Amino acid sequence: MAAVVCALGAIAALAQTPLHDPQYTDADIAYGATLYTSRCVTCHGPQGDGIGGVNLRTGAFKTAVTDRDLDRVIRNGSPAGMPKFDLDAAEMAGVIAYIRNMNAIDASTVKTGDAVRGRALFAGKGNCTSCHRVGPEGSRVAPNLSDIGAVRSPGSLERSLLDPNSQMMPINRPVRVVTKDGTVINGRRLNEDTYGLQIIDDRERLHSLVKADLREYTIAKTSPMPSFKETFSMGEVADLLAYLLTLKGQ
Amino acid sequence: MIGRRVWAWGLASLVGLTSVQLEGQVTFQRLTAAPSEPQNWLTYSGNYHSTRYSPLTQITPANVKNLKLQWVYQAPVAGNWQTTPLVVDGMMYITQRLNDVVALDATTGRALWIYRYTPDADRIVCCGANNRGVAILGDTLFMGTLDAQLIAIDVTSGRALWKTAVANTKSGYSITHAPLVVKDKVVVGVGGGEYGIRGFIAAYDVKTGKEAWRFYTIPAPGEPGSETWERCPPQTVTACDPDAWKHGGGSIWMTGSYDPQLNLTYWGVGNVGPDYNGAQRPGDNLYTASIVALDMDTGKRRWHYQFTPHDVYDYDSVQVPVLIDNWANTGINVVAWANRNGNFYILDRATGRFLLGKPFVKVNWMSEFDERGRPMQTPQPEGQPTYPGNQGGTNWYSPSYSVRTGLFYVSAWEDYASIYSLSTAQAPYREGANFGGSGPRNFGAVPGAPGLGRSPINTWTEAAGHGAVIALDPKTGQERWKFKMTDVTDSGILTTASDLLFTGGREGYFQALDARTGALLWKTNLGAAINSGPISYRVGNKQYVSIVSGLSLFAFAIDE
Repeated sequence: MAAVVCALGAIAALAQTPLHDPQYTDADIAYGATLYTSRCVTCHGPQGDGIGGVNLRTGAFKTAVTDRDLDRVIRNGSPAGMPKFDLDAAEMAGVIAYIRNMNAIDASTVKTGDAVRGRALFAGKGNCTSCHRVGPEGSRVAPNLSDIGAVRSPGSLERSLLDPNSQMMPINRPVRVVTKDGTVINGRRLNEDTYGLQIIDDRERLHSLVKADLREYTIAKTSPMPSFKETFSMGEVADLLAYLLTLKGQ
Repeated sequence: MIGRRVWAWGLASLVGLTSVQLEGQVTFQRLTAAPSEPQNWLTYSGNYHSTRYSPLTQITPANVKNLKLQWVYQAPVAGNWQTTPLVVDGMMYITQRLNDVVALDATTGRALWIYRYTPDADRIVCCGANNRGVAILGDTLFMGTLDAQLIAIDVTSGRALWKTAVANTKSGYSITHAPLVVKDKVVVGVGGGEYGIRGFIAAYDVKTGKEAWRFYTIPAPGEPGSETWERCPPQTVTACDPDAWKHGGGSIWMTGSYDPQLNLTYWGVGNVGPDYNGAQRPGDNLYTASIVALDMDTGKRRWHYQFTPHDVYDYDSVQVPVLIDNWANTGINVVAWANRNGNFYILDRATGRFLLGKPFVKVNWMSEFDERGRPMQTPQPEGQPTYPGNQGGTNWYSPSYSVRTGLFYVSAWEDYASIYSLSTAQAPYREGANFGGSGPRNFGAVPGAPGLGRSPINTWTEAAGHGAVIALDPKTGQERWKFKMTDVTDSGILTTASDLLFTGGREGYFQALDARTGALLWKTNLGAAINSGPISYRVGNKQYVSIVSGLSLFAFAIDE
């Protein structure tokens, strides 16, 4: 028991300690990770060392020193054959933030375990499929996780397991609406604009609603997902995380 | 390279079927008296006062619900489209990316000619290859180009008449705004504030393209204002650049205004370079983040007012200067200005005297003004959000002023902040390379969550702010009413003499509000973000309202 308490304490400490240079935000780094996966990994590799003489993970570049240098190289390409990348400002900020923090947020610093055991936990003890869907299996009530390993960083996923509220995107928030005729719909927000609201309800049906037709519209600020901080051991969190990181979509 | 002109599809038959007057004949007198011919839209903002107010009244709060789509013109190019059309006697003139000019029948949307100019492939343009429109005088249209050329185009044939090199595009100079024509001169300024340019406003002879005068927005050593580019402190500060003025920015990327009585032209000046590394450029850094009032004949500065001294937030002051006469019944003619830095200002437009400054959104980069209008700056602690955020409380989106309601209308971003990282490093200048320095991060995103690919903020994050149309009383700066949107807005605003307000937003809705109350009267979903400003015009007995959404230009009217 003491060991478990100690381990949980270590996780809590890990969750509280910044995993990266604080000048880059988590959001930028995570966004950059998704872009890296889709645009950069083919040449630079998942560990950032796919090009001779360059190690993005350790900061060993051929010419670049500052972030502005990185911006220039990414934007203009290099004589060695790197193509130009026409990124917008947010994309550029994200890619640079990720490159600068690859070593701080990847699986080498976020403890991962056994993906096979993690898959069993996902379907079994964690009861994740009661809300989430992977491929053709599971519920649609919560966000689909089929590609979650590609779109979120390991650190973000770990924080999702330990502190779901901190990682819930506003667009995924639970909502409750009551139409003017008294119909109550509970569900998850998919999209919203000034005049309308689109949700998926707790029976997996899509609704596109006109705000003017609603008597009540409430957005929950907390995630319905439970934290695994108390119910899972550190090893189980690591196993589940390992499984989630294998989910890369099609 | 002078571009080539192409005849639009079906031109020969079109000419035979329409009675469109090709002859422009837009004199300076007509431009000065633009409000007296409400059927036309003769300048970027509708008139020299830049009120974006139409005297037309056929469309009213009572019948606006009957607006029907009349025609759509689809631009055959991709990207954020920001043009404001001109309308002259039934003809409409627009720009489309990259640097095309198109003449359209304003009643059908059918093109008569297209002038195509291909800017230099090595052009360097920050933030999108945009062009916001043309200017007209006589029978000539004027367009600034992405590679910093100024081109005169014959309004009847679509053929180029002359082309003048305004600046060197390889150094990061560009022109994206619609020129301003006054008397016999066409005035443009240069963009490139993120590339270490030295900004300027220049006037060119409308007949020849020869430069008549030039006003640098960054003074050289010894010139007035140069004292605000202070010497580096004696102790070693590695970030400080003793020659910072050489790359001080001060870009111009929105069209200025003109007061015929004072013969002054007013222009908003963009950010200082590098944007965020303040230690590199000690001092107030005039005339960045300022308004300058220039003598139209000579280009000499009459006065200036700096909205954000020593800006480290990229608070460009490029907003369209709106001229209001007899402010608050004082007899004072003023410039009204809702600034990117979140404050609404009133300045005496003869002298530049500060008359009013008041936040219209949440502001924490400053606390109060002194009696001369200088803000007391309150930099936020490292890691804490600064309001308004990097894109500002408003930005380049055209505001509107209605002489009927007496209200000033602005597209605002509310509850929006950024976190700025202080950099002690010097941003090195390299010709044509980004010179922004260490940048901000938007505040309000979910830590660790993936971005949604829509910069600068995503649509669905309440904590990241939202858009609004805010109606301000120019007398006090007090908010009269507000129309909130879920997403932010980059749309300009049009008001009319029937007390209607038209505007768009990123959500793609085009909506009409009651200009007196902000009540929604009509809306339609045009299917893509609106990044330009609406206009109104009349041909025959029909009043039109047009707006660009996505890659299409829409025209609405009420059918008989």
